[in-house]
Amino acid sequence: MAVMATTRELWLYRELFYFMVWRDVKVRYKQSILGALWAIIQPFGTMVVFTIFFHRLANIPSDGVPYPIFSYTALLPWTYFSSTITQIGNSMVTNKNLITKVYFPRITIPAAHAIRGLLDFSIAALLLIGLMAWYRFTPSWNLLLWPLLTIPVLALSLGVGMIFAALNVRFRDIQHVLPFVVQLWLFVTPVIYPTTMIPAKWRIVLAMNPLTGIIEAFRATALPENTVDPRQFIVSMAMTAFIFVGGLWYFNRTARSFADIV
Amino acid sequence: MPSAVVARKLSKEYRLGELNRNALVGEVVASAFKRLLGKDRSNYERIWALKNVDLELEQGHVLGIIGRNGAGKSTLLKVLSRITFPTSGSMAVRGRVASLLEVGTGFHDELTGRENIYLNGSILGMKRREIRKKLDSIVAFADVAQFLDTPVKRYSSGMRLRLGFAVAAHLEPDVLLVDEVLAVGDAGFQKKCLGAMDNLHTGGRTVMFVSHNLSAVENLCPRAIWIDRGCVRMDGPSNEVIQAYLATFSDATQGGADLTQVEPRKGSGHMRCTAIELLDSNGHPTPVVRSGMELTFRLHYEVFQLVREPHFGIEIYSNLGTMITSVNTWTSGFNTEELRPGKGYIDVNVGALNLNPDRYYLSIWLASVGPRYYDHLDFCTTITVEQADVHKSGRAMSKAFGLMYLPCQWSHNGYHQQDASELSQLDQERSAIVQPF
Repeated sequence: MAVMATTRELWLYRELFYFMVWRDVKVRYKQSILGALWAIIQPFGTMVVFTIFFHRLANIPSDGVPYPIFSYTALLPWTYFSSTITQIGNSMVTNKNLITKVYFPRITIPAAHAIRGLLDFSIAALLLIGLMAWYRFTPSWNLLLWPLLTIPVLALSLGVGMIFAALNVRFRDIQHVLPFVVQLWLFVTPVIYPTTMIPAKWRIVLAMNPLTGIIEAFRATALPENTVDPRQFIVSMAMTAFIFVGGLWYFNRTARSFADIV
Repeated sequence: MPSAVVARKLSKEYRLGELNRNALVGEVVASAFKRLLGKDRSNYERIWALKNVDLELEQGHVLGIIGRNGAGKSTLLKVLSRITFPTSGSMAVRGRVASLLEVGTGFHDELTGRENIYLNGSILGMKRREIRKKLDSIVAFADVAQFLDTPVKRYSSGMRLRLGFAVAAHLEPDVLLVDEVLAVGDAGFQKKCLGAMDNLHTGGRTVMFVSHNLSAVENLCPRAIWIDRGCVRMDGPSNEVIQAYLATFSDATQGGADLTQVEPRKGSGHMRCTAIELLDSNGHPTPVVRSGMELTFRLHYEVFQLVREPHFGIEIYSNLGTMITSVNTWTSGFNTEELRPGKGYIDVNVGALNLNPDRYYLSIWLASVGPRYYDHLDFCTTITVEQADVHKSGRAMSKAFGLMYLPCQWSHNGYHQQDASELSQLDQERSAIVQPF
């Protein structure tokens, strides 16, 4: 119900939605020298650091795939997720002057951030192809399933982001909590390490973190050696759906008072 | 004619002192805890920004909304434009609504003028195609053609304002809700905006227009409502409503004004301003205030709790709501001593009141440094300044020459007459210029 009503409102305000995405794209790399290259530099730099410290020094395995490819594959959805929830989480506060002066469906702003993030994601994904070519690594044909897999990451990022955004309107503590949450979340997600390192009985628990199933699916579709545990995947998808609907519900419920409190 | 705007028993309640801004978890936990223990229940100060407002506006009509600061005018527009939700009551607005609570809402500093026209236009509800079609006209209105591809952060504040208003003036909604957007900008720009407003209602649009500019309301709106402490106090032909509204301002020019009953007032209440008197050069209450006269403002106050070195201020506003000046002890460097409960008055002498004839609003405040207000009376009284021959020229200054005059002295010593040869050369040049006509 809530999803339907929201979709209808977004459709009515599609022009504004388009301009919000457009503004985000325009503004993001204004007055920066490297511009859109930053979309690649971030995950790539992280991958290099991970490879040196976690693979070379700490000997973390990578399921028979070159570690840079192994970690970069996971860093793509992870970077999208972490930067999107940070942006959405702060979006109601940064757009305060809009919210208190004009009516539009408040969800336009988080949705615009989530859509715009896909652009960075796509740019960074191109480098994965380059990386595979460098290591003479043959990807699985299932890689073509990635566009489908972006749906759960997008839904999850929106859901989590909207909860933080709504809370941030009332409690500015969220601004300090967010970076901390992002930092911790990385460690409970199999980005640096493979799930095979975790004892089998704990894997379902790990899947309660919806990113686990999603990232495993990203790996399994790109890297022929990797497989996804279907039970883990289902648990993660259920959690994603739950967080998305819950986030949407909470955001919409509180949105009517945003202009009064923010 | 069907109604474009209908409101039934519309009410909006705000809770003051509740986690409004920058709340910390500690405070929340503490207040939640107190509430659990049943101690905090009545601690919230509640304020009805709107109370049982009934309103109906027919399609194509223009309605003016007047009232004091904080009376609920802006809240009414915010509720009608769905920015904020009413606590109770219902409303319906038919057609495409655009609310203009601020000029240039959503401008992004990093984007260029052109990009911001698109962004701002879409925020105000225009379609892309519509903006593209009107772009040239918007640019011409704002007079920013050569800066169109410059980021707005490099614009002067005047340019930003013009650009913002230019976009707004090209809106074509069914219902337009306009807040005091004209109180900013210079007089010439205000005139241009008022002209644009006038065009709006000839276009058959429904408009609600909040303003302190009573003459603008009278000119633009056949009908007006007067909002007082959240309620519609009067609804009728705008000239009648304005007259009734003005009658509630005790004009200080008529032998001073009693301020004890003025509402709403802000501040802690450690001390209160009770009255203002206007005295002439002999220290007698003056029945008439004229341009250029020596005038003393006498503020009477009552102290209820000990205050240390309070500061006193009188602000003078034009009837457009623009502050002309603030006379206060803080900037004058005048210090008062510690005041214990009691009564008193403080005088400020103005050697020559250089305001041109018109009606002016006064705001009065008593505050400690910070400022933390003890008492703050916004637009609490008016003064009417009468004509006088201030320059001893036999010609009086009037509104037509602006809000104020400057004491001045003319001299004309820099002129020397050109000799005959220069003169004839100049004549030739001049005829050369004139020839094409």
